[in-house]
Amino acid sequence: MSAMLLIEQALNGLQLGVMLFLMAAGLTLVFGVMGLINLAHGSLYMVGAFACAVVAAHTGSYLLGLAAALAAAAAAGALVEIVVIRRLYDRDHLDQVLATFALILVFSEGTRYLFGSLPLYLNVPAALSGPVMLPGGIAYPAFRLAIIAIGLAVALGLFWLIARTRLGIRIRAGESDRQMIAALGVDIRRLYTIVFALGAALAGLAGALVGTLQSVEVGMGEPVLILAFVVIVIGGIGSIKGALVGAILVGVTDTMGRFLLPQIFATFMDPSRATGVGSALASMLIYILMAVVLILRPQGLFGARA
Amino acid sequence: MRKLLMTAAAVMLATGAAAEGVKVGMITTLSGGGAGLGIDVRDGFQLALQMAGDSDVELVIADDQQQPDVAVQLADRMIQSDQVDVLTGIIWSNLAMAVVPAAVAQGKIYLSPNAGPSALAGAQCNENYFNVAWQNDNLHEAAGAHANEAGYGSMFILAPNYPAGTDALTGFKRFYEGEITQELYTTVGQTDYASEIAQIRASGADAVFFFLPGGMGISFMKQYADSGVEIPLIGPAFSFSQDILGAVGDAALGVINTSQWSKDLDNPANQAFVENFVEAYGRLPSLYASQGFDTANLLLSAMEKADISDQAAFRAALKEADFDSTRGEFRFGNNNHPIQNIYVREVIMEDGVLTNRIVGTALTDHQDAYAADCPLP
Repeated sequence: MSAMLLIEQALNGLQLGVMLFLMAAGLTLVFGVMGLINLAHGSLYMVGAFACAVVAAHTGSYLLGLAAALAAAAAAGALVEIVVIRRLYDRDHLDQVLATFALILVFSEGTRYLFGSLPLYLNVPAALSGPVMLPGGIAYPAFRLAIIAIGLAVALGLFWLIARTRLGIRIRAGESDRQMIAALGVDIRRLYTIVFALGAALAGLAGALVGTLQSVEVGMGEPVLILAFVVIVIGGIGSIKGALVGAILVGVTDTMGRFLLPQIFATFMDPSRATGVGSALASMLIYILMAVVLILRPQGLFGARA
Repeated sequence: MRKLLMTAAAVMLATGAAAEGVKVGMITTLSGGGAGLGIDVRDGFQLALQMAGDSDVELVIADDQQQPDVAVQLADRMIQSDQVDVLTGIIWSNLAMAVVPAAVAQGKIYLSPNAGPSALAGAQCNENYFNVAWQNDNLHEAAGAHANEAGYGSMFILAPNYPAGTDALTGFKRFYEGEITQELYTTVGQTDYASEIAQIRASGADAVFFFLPGGMGISFMKQYADSGVEIPLIGPAFSFSQDILGAVGDAALGVINTSQWSKDLDNPANQAFVENFVEAYGRLPSLYASQGFDTANLLLSAMEKADISDQAAFRAALKEADFDSTRGEFRFGNNNHPIQNIYVREVIMEDGVLTNRIVGTALTDHQDAYAADCPLP
């Protein structure tokens, strides 16, 4: 195994991490500010991917597709918040889980009704297709590098938004005391809609970027949603910083585990059994990581509340 | 969904009047990520009934959502309250394993249009179970044979870590004679293959064999093309079927894959099938659609020769497989699984649409490896 391969795998882990961050950021904001468990977050991810695929196919411009993904996911998020989610804030978590699970079914079958069951075509724009040569002779896909850059830029933007802007102050205030900020005259309903739409837009962006690499199809959001939940549990619910650290931790652990574990087992087992055992253990690795974090720090790495 | 109900209702209206007909229960995947396969099987099956103008088949269709427990419930309902004579439609091997043994034990005939798990082909074969598609290992075995012929001395092979995935690599290795550089199992449903592709790049193998059905294959192909790795790919037809080629895009161009069917197979039954399918549904058929079509025609051929109430005669009529298959030559082995040719196809661009054409024959009159264990004559 060469150092080059190891570096390439680390980059892959980082790329998976920043993608997970885009999903987890919205999820953790919504949970932190509104105390709402939103299972339908994966559906907003799917909405972003479909919007990007449709607009990119019609206009031929990938950038317009990305803009459409942000707009469509934000609009879908705002609509869902106003029509459904708003009624759930005072309910307990089980009601929220049931209602947002129903939303998954509505979104999935609605998308199937509109676009059919066959996956849509969405590919890397010509400007970013193919590999680029990194220092040290590593050939790495340009689009994946772009995802890393976009993800880190979004992370910086979010930190700035939360720490430096009026909206950010309100979000933080909403997190610590909902009643008080409403009593101070902040329109809490509008704030909630904005936060929800912001989270949805990030999910839509993640969906469009990942859909470009993978496949744009009904049900694409749910597997990612599970990983995003693992991320926010590890990072600490409600914390953007936790979401970033958790996402990169999960991304790198998952990628490196799947790469290294079978090879480690192969040093003392016959190769085909090592592959089986290694792969099985690798797919469990992030859940083991989550369990360890929960034992040592039940509130998550950066969580304020238990 | 509404369209589906309407077609189902239309078929039932058209066929419901028959007194001495055969009632068929179709359990297939019509929602979720695997819906494309089930829809093609269903459409192919219904097309065959329409083309035959047959009014003796009453078809009940239900969606298994790719869930084994749902499939089992549907099968119970169809057997007990709908009282179907024949079951068919299941796409996935794990669902087939949940439904088929119980259904055939209750005296129902099962015609498989897709799944062919090895467990049902060998010692546990059943006189009431007929597989009209292939035994799971077949297309992978053909890929192994093709890799020998293409002169690949070393191969990197990968598949998802579940029964059909292990069957795939076993099937490939059964025929491949060269060296396996690395054998890799991915997670089922995995969509990011950056890590695997990096290992393929570093392996220096002559070629890559991969079995990644549905969305997994789309993701892998797109990422592989974008990675700039130039090692050639071989796969079974499942990652290059007509239903997903459009989503893979140009990344699939020129890739070699193995299949028992292709739209350019030169026989009258196939030409009529492709022509009518395009006319009826406005898209090219996939291999799944051809399997659904063949399944219905097999059923119709048996209905002409025997009455469903005389099950022994009906079984014998099915086993003769006296119908014009879209694959040309088609017959059943002792274990009621096909003996057929498996072809090598190449993905090409034709009239602006990605599709496959046959470039060779990997295995002629191929029978599965489990037939000898089956006690059926």
